Amino acid sequence: MTEIWHGLTKAIELIISLDPYVMEIAGRSLSISGTACLLASLICLPLGSLMHFRQFRGKRALINIIQTLFSVPTVLIGLFVFVLFSRAGPLGELGIIFTPTAMVIGQMILITPLLLGLTISALSGVSKEIVDTATSLGASGLQTVLLVLREARYAVLVAVIMGFGRAISEVGCALMVGGNFKDVTRVLTTAIYLETGQGELELAIALGIILLFLALIINIILNRLQQR
Amino acid sequence: MSLIEVTGLNHRYGERAILENINLSVDRGEVFALIGPTGAGKTTLLRIIDLLEIPGAGEIYFDGKCIPRSGKQRLEIRRRMSFIHQKPQVFNLNVYDNVACGLIWRGEEKNNIAGKVDHILEMVGLKGYENRTARTLSGGEAQRVALARSLVLEPEVLLLDEPTANLDPVSTANIEQLISYVARQRNTTMIMATHDMSQGQQLADRIGVLLDGRLVQTGNATDIFRSPQNEEVAHFVGMENIIEGVIITNNEGIATVNIGGNAIQAVSNYPAGREVYACIRPEDITLALSSTQSSARNSFQAKVTQATSLGPLSRVEINCGFRLVALVTKISAEELNLQVGREVYATFKATGVHIMEKES
Repeated sequence: MTEIWHGLTKAIELIISLDPYVMEIAGRSLSISGTACLLASLICLPLGSLMHFRQFRGKRALINIIQTLFSVPTVLIGLFVFVLFSRAGPLGELGIIFTPTAMVIGQMILITPLLLGLTISALSGVSKEIVDTATSLGASGLQTVLLVLREARYAVLVAVIMGFGRAISEVGCALMVGGNFKDVTRVLTTAIYLETGQGELELAIALGIILLFLALIINIILNRLQQR
Repeated sequence: MSLIEVTGLNHRYGERAILENINLSVDRGEVFALIGPTGAGKTTLLRIIDLLEIPGAGEIYFDGKCIPRSGKQRLEIRRRMSFIHQKPQVFNLNVYDNVACGLIWRGEEKNNIAGKVDHILEMVGLKGYENRTARTLSGGEAQRVALARSLVLEPEVLLLDEPTANLDPVSTANIEQLISYVARQRNTTMIMATHDMSQGQQLADRIGVLLDGRLVQTGNATDIFRSPQNEEVAHFVGMENIIEGVIITNNEGIATVNIGGNAIQAVSNYPAGREVYACIRPEDITLALSSTQSSARNSFQAKVTQATSLGPLSRVEINCGFRLVALVTKISAEELNLQVGREVYATFKATGVHIMEKES
């Protein structure tokens, strides 16, 4: 018990003193997950719009599959990306295994179903009457899609933030395809895993608090948006 | 030449026929009202004319050109029209952006947009509302935003679907004023759906009666309200007195109709022996306590069977061998003491009786 208490005070010390090691890891977490989230959004927002506005066979089934993949285990994505980019794998020649790039790709794949699914449901929240009104005011197909995205902007932003939250808090994939190398691919979650294993509980708790703090900020933003 | 022409239009949702063989043509600058009860197909017809829906069968001509069932041309044509939906849907943006969006979509120059939006907001009485979130507006204000959003586009054709349903009387009067102002000032062609007959009468050059998906009768207000084509239309336009009878004689356009043993005279060209309906508008019947000398050819002694106050008017049901409904002002109802059982004389002119042939 004293250990935990000691860990907490030490953690706060590390955070207040802006300890370079801690700050660097937190920064890397933010940039890798932020990049993954940004890229995934760039793919999922247009793709989700397309899926929402187009009628095609098997649409319902596809949406079901996407929703199932919301809870895909991170280690499974880790395995998939590892096999794809490992030296002997089909894309091994790119040499990106154990680099932040591989982590970004892994997290992108991980959050794509979530972003797609939530984008589609955000757009479904915009009534058919709004779409009709835009059409009869002379909006082209693309202009209508942009308006509907704008109408659903808060719900779409919620989707993006949820995706970011899942990316920054996952450990399985980051560990497997990043390798947890110091100064290169070590992020908050993998660092907590490592430091705990090495008995550096204070450091692990400090990193944990930062992660929770980030989660808190995300939640505050989410709440604000949902109240609109 | 007609600006909009619809020929042989049929439309169904699944098994249910919504519109059947609609043929309609509206001239440039004309205000056309579609009247009919809820569910008659008015909205669907407007949606098809606005090219929001593709009809099951039939063609639509705009400015003489037949509109294809798909392709870019539909957007171009649609941009020459504007549609005000029954429930105004404002976008979750501020009032300015709501009104500007149609102009932006048409690629209007930015410098022009501000001036146009400003002008139109002034016209609908929403100046100063530019930065208000449109979702926070009242129903009447939202309808004015919707109207401004359409009018700012200066469309050649304005389609209005029950523009004043769900509005209070003051907002309704405002919107009606705006519509008639635009029709006069801009010579905008309008097709307006309404179930409010007085609105149709007041605003439209021509009226079409849509019943159960069929355009039963088109004509000017007098035609529709005085000479309905059949029993359905007569009922819908408020002919409360529709009485079955047979023509006994016809003497140079003045027919004598036997109604259950009573003879009434009416202006009609139908020959003797024809089974008909005699229609009399309740406001065309006058009630008096004595049989006055007048030019009216029909006068019957009657007994009041029911009297209902309708604010400034009273609706009086009488029995004179057949049932009649009369509308009298409240003052005369009081002067005549029109209570149940009161004996009165009901008088109406031969020209006040509209004769329709009974459909077999």
